[in-house]
Amino acid sequence: MRKIIDWLEHRTGLESAIKNFLYEDIPASAGWHQIIGSMAVFFFVIQVFTGGLLAFNYAPTPGEAYNSVKYIMTELTGGPLIRGLHHWGASMMLIIVVLHMIQVFIYGAYKKPREATWMVGVTLLLITLAFGLTGYLLPWDNRAYWGTVVTTQIASQAPIAGPYLLRLLGSQGSVGNVTFSRFYALHTVLLPPLTMILIGIHIYLVRKHGVAAAVGDIAPKRKFFPEQVFKDTVGVAVAFIILFVMAVVAKVPLERLADPTDTAYIPRPEWYFLFLFQTLKFFKGPLETVGSVVLPGVAVLTLFLIPFIDRGPMIRLGKRTFAISFVLLAVIAWTGLTTAAVVTTPKNQESAEDTTAPEPETVSSTIPNPQVQAPSAAAPAPAKVAAWQRLTPQELIGLGHFKKEGCTNCHPGAGQNGIGPDLTKMPADHRNVTWMVPHFKNPSRVVPGSAMPPIDLSTADLNALSQFVLKLKPQNEQALQSAPDFVIQGATVYQSNHCDACHQINGAGSTLAPALDGVGVRHDRAWLEKHFADPGSVTKGTIMPPYKFAAPDLDGICKYLLQLPKGA
Amino acid sequence: MDESHEAQHQSVEVSPTRRAFYIGFINGATGLIGLALAVPAAIYLLFPPRLRKGQQWVEAADLSTIPTGTPTEVSFARTRVDGWKVTKEKATAWVVKKPNNEVVAFLPQCTHLGCAYHWDDPSHTFACPCHTSSFSIDGQVLGGPAPRPLDRFMTRIQGGKLDIGPAEPHA
Repeated sequence: MRKIIDWLEHRTGLESAIKNFLYEDIPASAGWHQIIGSMAVFFFVIQVFTGGLLAFNYAPTPGEAYNSVKYIMTELTGGPLIRGLHHWGASMMLIIVVLHMIQVFIYGAYKKPREATWMVGVTLLLITLAFGLTGYLLPWDNRAYWGTVVTTQIASQAPIAGPYLLRLLGSQGSVGNVTFSRFYALHTVLLPPLTMILIGIHIYLVRKHGVAAAVGDIAPKRKFFPEQVFKDTVGVAVAFIILFVMAVVAKVPLERLADPTDTAYIPRPEWYFLFLFQTLKFFKGPLETVGSVVLPGVAVLTLFLIPFIDRGPMIRLGKRTFAISFVLLAVIAWTGLTTAAVVTTPKNQESAEDTTAPEPETVSSTIPNPQVQAPSAAAPAPAKVAAWQRLTPQELIGLGHFKKEGCTNCHPGAGQNGIGPDLTKMPADHRNVTWMVPHFKNPSRVVPGSAMPPIDLSTADLNALSQFVLKLKPQNEQALQSAPDFVIQGATVYQSNHCDACHQINGAGSTLAPALDGVGVRHDRAWLEKHFADPGSVTKGTIMPPYKFAAPDLDGICKYLLQLPKGA
Repeated sequence: MDESHEAQHQSVEVSPTRRAFYIGFINGATGLIGLALAVPAAIYLLFPPRLRKGQQWVEAADLSTIPTGTPTEVSFARTRVDGWKVTKEKATAWVVKKPNNEVVAFLPQCTHLGCAYHWDDPSHTFACPCHTSSFSIDGQVLGGPAPRPLDRFMTRIQGGKLDIGPAEPHA
């Protein structure tokens, strides 16, 4: 081992470089308050590592992006953990960068000759925010999409530069492919190396000027290693444990696929931007630019110029009352604004849907219905009414297509993870045939980026399929899908012979002729067959024409009709 | 020189036991953090994706339309899961119906290098155009470099319709 190290040292000087770095002189007054910078670097490393891992299974185009994030979250072992580390790591990194800045600010460590170190640090804070802003869009769910729409609109309000900024972000007109690609490029290609270079410069400057000592610290200097490194490591370890627990316990949200037509969605930025969001509410009309661009611009500029505004010599911490009260005020203002923003945020539709009241008419397959218990010679009526028995013939045909097209492959049902969304929790504006049929015909045209393959059926069949899908509820979907094939076959015969032009089943059809609900209670199979062949022979004066069915069709329609329960 | 410099400071600042404790903690903590990142990363990259509900059965043809004893190329649409995407694609199978109504469906690729073969009626064999592999009507290798008989789809017959399922695992 020693030999290898010596060889490396001789060829590269690596060992002495590391020693040089570790045995840096630091003031005796250095200590726990100076560990935050190292923690920030550590979190950047975590973000690079987990971000790289996510990129291994991520498709950087809208729509595909959403599907691949969903794939990471539902299909890959450890996927939610890696995304959790990246997601919560981003928030923690920002907190730590801000804490680092507050510490330096309170101690006045930005003063001559460390002005450049401070300014590079402010740039790094802005880059951290830029990471958050660009990364927010990448899952391409509703939250990401609408958050970015608001952000880019704010950017567009900037005086003079606004329109150019908007063009640069590729979001004139709307947020779409171009904006997405630019955010992705910023987040993964441009910002990471820029951050590395700036961190390098930042650390170089810290080394050049040495760690700022407390006023009056004339004690002999100490070495960075091992005592201060130990303290840094404790800080890093504690922060990492918090991050890891968060990643395991707290679920990272992934909402519905971004839907530019969703009028009900209430956009909100990431929590650390909420204060800006709230500030905007105080500026109305032409003054809005003041809140959205001028104030933040002035704040950033002031941050940069602090070392030139406060030019006095270093003073003891206890005497920096102005700096400390300034930080306190800022923290209070930030907390107040953020709380106000959180409190005034209405609950989003997304979660409200979960509480949709169950349809009262839904008949569960476990509820006995004594009315249908009358025995029939040909087909004894079932003692209980199954949920599928309440479906109209058209809905049953829809169920047939639902099964045949393998819809459950991607939509496995409530509470299960599938590629596609839970059909029992569709947003309100999708719950109608006029939305669904065009969507079935060409999913990606209606929902850009949808991974769903088009369904190749006639419009009438797609109508039936929509009717059935609209019936799906978390509490009945299993029961509905358990309908036997003969029922679907019978309903198909019924519908293709336009029986519904005169008859009614479960409330669907015409009332010209008797409703067929519970027909099995009144008649048996022999009667039905005779009735089809020559209606007049069993019902005097009927206007029903005779029907000659092929044997399997006759069997299907008879079985179907005989199981029909009495009207609810 | 470095060593003496270092030693001098040690004696002034930290006792050897403290120094050992510091270094031990630094190594231990960074090691554990590294492990806590490396293990999930390895699992994330190396574990296969969770299997989605098994490949579905597809209704491929009406059994009565398939002639007995003559291999017929049947095409059908099936969905395929490819990472985060599901594609509905055209698939084909060579279907052979035996006189007793038993059905065999072969995958349309030669077992040698995956070329599409066809049924050659005059010679009564499946012939591959790439490296002249040939197979009998029941899929056995008759000649050429093919390493094993033709692969088969699982099949089942329901209500006079032929359903084709996933490929059978080959021996």
